[in-house]
Amino acid sequence: MLAYSLKRLLATIPVMAVVAVLVFALLRLTPGDPAAIIAGSSATTQDVEGIRLKLGLDQPLVAQFLVWIGNMARGDFGESFYFKKQVAELVGDRIEPTLMLALTTMALSIAIAVPLGVVAAYRQGTWVDRVVMGFSVLGFSVPVFVIGYALIYVFAIELNWLPVQGYQPLREGLWGCLERLVLPSVTLSVIYVALIARITRTSVLEVLSEDYIRTARAKGLSNRVVLMRHALRNAAVPIVTVIGIGIALLIGGVVVTESVFSIPGLGRLTVDAVLARDYPTVQAVILLFSFVYVLINLLVDLSYTMLDPRIRY
Amino acid sequence: MSATADALGLEAPARPPSAPRPGTWRRLSRNPSVFVGAAILLVVFCMGLAAPLLTPLDPGEINPVYRNKKPGTEQTIRAADGTKTVVTHWMGTDSLGRDVYARVVYGARASLTVGVAVAVISVAIGLAIGLVSGYLRWLDPIVMRIMDGVMAIPAILLAIALVSLSTAGLVAVIVAIVVPEIPRVVRLVRSVVLSIREEPYVEAAIAVGTRTPLLLVRHVLPNTIAPLIVQATYIAASAILIEAILSFLGVGIPPQTPTWGNIMAEGRTLFRVFPHNILFPGIFLALTVLAVNMLGDGLRDTLDPRMERRA
Repeated sequence: MLAYSLKRLLATIPVMAVVAVLVFALLRLTPGDPAAIIAGSSATTQDVEGIRLKLGLDQPLVAQFLVWIGNMARGDFGESFYFKKQVAELVGDRIEPTLMLALTTMALSIAIAVPLGVVAAYRQGTWVDRVVMGFSVLGFSVPVFVIGYALIYVFAIELNWLPVQGYQPLREGLWGCLERLVLPSVTLSVIYVALIARITRTSVLEVLSEDYIRTARAKGLSNRVVLMRHALRNAAVPIVTVIGIGIALLIGGVVVTESVFSIPGLGRLTVDAVLARDYPTVQAVILLFSFVYVLINLLVDLSYTMLDPRIRY
Repeated sequence: MSATADALGLEAPARPPSAPRPGTWRRLSRNPSVFVGAAILLVVFCMGLAAPLLTPLDPGEINPVYRNKKPGTEQTIRAADGTKTVVTHWMGTDSLGRDVYARVVYGARASLTVGVAVAVISVAIGLAIGLVSGYLRWLDPIVMRIMDGVMAIPAILLAIALVSLSTAGLVAVIVAIVVPEIPRVVRLVRSVVLSIREEPYVEAAIAVGTRTPLLLVRHVLPNTIAPLIVQATYIAASAILIEAILSFLGVGIPPQTPTWGNIMAEGRTLFRVFPHNILFPGIFLALTVLAVNMLGDGLRDTLDPRMERRA
């Protein structure tokens, strides 16, 4: 198991290396002088020269890449030219809202989607199944921001139950924080629920025709025990895999949701940085998100032995 | 599996070859999902095509007097010769006085163009890379590591970063959406190639001395067609969504071009008072993507019987 974990950990290195090269190349691929792009349209020739020297842009490309990746590894993500701050500090300030939003969304999605998927599989072919599957296709089709604005309109403006927008840090009170996260989390969870419910249904359906399910029923176990303990347990591996892969959707959704709900998180930072052509920040955020995505999927891989003792490495 | 799930490569196993068989057209036309999806798409397509006939108004015409009007507001236009015509703003006007209905109707053009262009281009590029990579064993690991790297960057983030590199426009948006889609096509094509490579008829073709390029085109390529048609539909659906998201975030097609994302981006600031600027384009966008997804699901069930039994 330990050897396998190490092997998998090592296998993520080439992936992250490719990501790093791609992110590095993003800025160099642009037509024109990267120093001039970073300096912005109002910069003087001296400004551009200063940036060129500071970033080592006069060095050969390979040397530039090595310096850049070395700085990244030491946590030095450079300085944001737009926000006039260290990128590491900037990112650090924005992590909490995004993390809170992602965690509440995941918890909410799993709590809704898994039971929905199990019920749809158990009642295969009935109206319950059709409603769940219909919702799932719909969830993939309605854009995140449309759902967000629809929810704001109904629950915040018409009914006045919840705050419209904004974020309150956790240290200023749990309730105020959660209250502002309800609508964004529900918004973001729609597509995630659609994804997880669908896989849960397919996966449970496959398991339901197994002999041990018939044995469990024959023993006189209740439906709930058969479904939850026997079926779901054995259907867990694909479901957990999808939850891991779906993190990519969640990250994409965070960028949009934070813009809709004016949440000062990493997603909003990404959009602001892109609009301001603040490349050091864009690079850092993309690297960070990709790193988290790869890491979570590594953990998902390693969790298989816990979920299914038959899998051994 | 719908666009997004499929785009993530969740259900792209090495499946047995399934080229369209005789009777495919009849089975397709009998599939309700294909029928409804195609019908909605046809309506949206005609709407975009016939946009000038559907509205007398110019989608870009700014009218300061008729700013922020609720849906159904009537406006009297006096022509130079003194004749009056009454125009109804069915979907209201935006904060520049542009008619939202006209913008929505013209907006169908951008969405459909992006959907079709992205699907065709990413399938073409992915097919070429996948065929070659799946067949040349020495090249395969290198190509697949690069694809893994591209897939590790969440699609929307990569698209946002790519559009930021050049001046925003239709071409930049299409390129930005194509790049993250390519690895998904490559993986699909490669999985088909790997399973076909072991087939007796491929071995036979090699035995009689068929050259690799001809072998790929004549024996391998036809087997990729059915799964690729399905995949292309899902790519179109997600491309339409991503285009709207890019426009909505203000990094996509320039705001003067009417696209559904742009109309909604414009309506953000006054959303509390005038929700129609987000509601109407939102409905059209959702309906179109839903239609493409339904078409994809129906195509998959018809062209890929193995999946039909499962889902």
